[in-house]
Amino acid sequence: MVDVQRTAQEQGNAAATRRDDPILQLNDLKTYFYSRDGVVRAVDGVSYYLNHGETLGVVGESGCGKSVTALSILRLIPDPPGRIVAGEILFEGQDLLKRSESEMQDIRGNEISMIFQEPMTSLNPVLTVGHQISEAITLHQGLSRREALEKAVEMLRLVHIPEAQRRVHEYPHQLSGGMRQRVMIAMALSCNPKVLVADEPTTALDVTIQAQILDLMLELQEKLGTAIIMITHDLGVIAEVAKRVVVMYAGKKVEEAQVEDLFEMPSHPYTKGLLGSIPRMDAIRGESQGRERLQEIKGMVPSLHHLPSGCLFEPRCPHATDQCRTAYPPLEDIRPGHLVACWHAEKLLGEGP
Amino acid sequence: MSEAVVQGTPEVQAAPNVPLLQVRDLKKHFPIRRGVLSRTVGFVYAVDGISFHINKGETLGLVGESGCGKSTAGKTVLKLIEPTSGSIEVRGTDITALDKSHMRPYRREMQIIFQDPYSSLNPRMSAGAIVGEPLTIHSIAAGKEKQERVAALFDRVGLRPEHMVKYPHEFSGGQRQRIGIARALALNPSLIIGDEPVSALDVSIQAQVINLLIDLQEEYQLSYLFIAHDLAVVEHISHRIAVMYLGKIVEMTDKRTLFDMPLHPYTEALLSAVPIPDPRVKRGKRIILRGDVPSPINPPPGCHFHTRCPYAFNRCMVDAPPLREVQPGHWTACHLHEDKVTLPLAKPAGAA
Repeated sequence: MVDVQRTAQEQGNAAATRRDDPILQLNDLKTYFYSRDGVVRAVDGVSYYLNHGETLGVVGESGCGKSVTALSILRLIPDPPGRIVAGEILFEGQDLLKRSESEMQDIRGNEISMIFQEPMTSLNPVLTVGHQISEAITLHQGLSRREALEKAVEMLRLVHIPEAQRRVHEYPHQLSGGMRQRVMIAMALSCNPKVLVADEPTTALDVTIQAQILDLMLELQEKLGTAIIMITHDLGVIAEVAKRVVVMYAGKKVEEAQVEDLFEMPSHPYTKGLLGSIPRMDAIRGESQGRERLQEIKGMVPSLHHLPSGCLFEPRCPHATDQCRTAYPPLEDIRPGHLVACWHAEKLLGEGP
Repeated sequence: MSEAVVQGTPEVQAAPNVPLLQVRDLKKHFPIRRGVLSRTVGFVYAVDGISFHINKGETLGLVGESGCGKSTAGKTVLKLIEPTSGSIEVRGTDITALDKSHMRPYRREMQIIFQDPYSSLNPRMSAGAIVGEPLTIHSIAAGKEKQERVAALFDRVGLRPEHMVKYPHEFSGGQRQRIGIARALALNPSLIIGDEPVSALDVSIQAQVINLLIDLQEEYQLSYLFIAHDLAVVEHISHRIAVMYLGKIVEMTDKRTLFDMPLHPYTEALLSAVPIPDPRVKRGKRIILRGDVPSPINPPPGCHFHTRCPYAFNRCMVDAPPLREVQPGHWTACHLHEDKVTLPLAKPAGAA
């Protein structure tokens, strides 16, 4: 998969980035949506970074801004109503927010790719899968249609689609859900991107198919060295694939840690609540016949139209004090590489989930 | 809890030692019609001969992947879909052939909660009207009495009674699911079928609803048929679990045994596929099944699972294994365990 353009670009960028710098870095990103009812701060000052070849997990519930962050990285936020109002998105040291639309088109699918949750709605139903995969290849790599189609077959083989030669001429509706997600992955990886943003890539799939797809993503990451941002609400998926984890709540990053630390010593009350609220299949292997009550997080996610003042988690938090009601807590290192935005993080650290 | 909400249901008498629900060899085959004459050209074998029972106060979990027939099974048990064959007995009475009017008392006994709280509530009715509608239909309460009952139900499921006048779109997903639960409870049923009732909810809200369902079960001795694809959720809420694959139950036992000692290769693979939310757990090599679930229109001959089974041998391709009780209370449909239970599955004794 030699890419002439890529090599030239790399040489150009070599001065600006070193190998151990993060390949992607978000600094204080703010993406707002302007509606008749007011401003929705979907992403409100989020910073995180992604190292070369690393898998970063981004976890949170619906409406926490994890997907909007991802779409912001690729500048795919529909404007209006949405707009990236502040921050930087540094890709190999260059701010993507300063690129023109045509420069972004060279980056999307080529340097940074994305896989979406719904393979049925993100594939074009009237084009064959071969056509759709080769579209990106002809566009970015300047191959002829025939060469691109051959490359598409090669990509389908890479994602273990049986009878790739025949499947390449099929339409999305002829494929199963798992196959479609494989096609999405083949398409996303066809130009050998440096960063892959995967937004809930296995959420719509059955567990046995999910296992196949996660396995495939890790295998391809090893083979191709792609850095992955894995966005999901499923803490099980996070535990299995991510190295580092960012937890988001109501448009903000509330905790960041190495995956082992996050599960062993969650320090934000929200993270603790999340970990306590999932039914654990491994728990039953212990002694109890296990129908204990799950830990609940009372209430619900605040409406982004009417955010509480102070800490956004305060209305649901069992540890809230007056301080929490008046001021939003800063993100602080409580241990190396472990960031928490909570006034009581010191106290809560290591209390277990 | 006020007396008004929960009363006995005198129409349906309980017989001793009979399970609340007994399903025998239930089948639902949907005809596929083609052409101008709508001739039947084939069948979707959605539910293909399943048998199970549920006792009072018990939860039977029904798990399987999409297209395995678990939702159809739930709807057929309620006769929302007419079964093709087989029988459904409630407290020992066969309700399979009952007509609409004779079904009525049994309809009160059996309620359903749907997956999607957005499409299962009428957007033009207020929440109070939705929950109160069954009381009107079954002529149980009207006017002020009905209002009081509905308010009590709202209170019981954790909604504020003053929200009765609000419409579904004004509630969050979790609250809508609570409305669905209140509606199901309105007639004091004995059995509630939950068709993926928490699948559409966020984890923190999911925990609230699961806890509510368990509390209600303990308070009213409800029986649940809990249909879901999420094994961890099913494991948490169920007493016994049945695993479905392509229209058939392939394994059924109490949950502890199922998780400790799965006997069917499909159950084994399914359990192995679930990601464990603990990065320290280094499990053995995950069993990754090849391929997809075959179409229920044209299921493979022999054992339906043989196309993906890592242990399949010649007999599996021609001979369908029946669901057998291989140990007390542990049912499985697999040739590996024909004479005696064979463990571990990885060294199948029958493979020649």
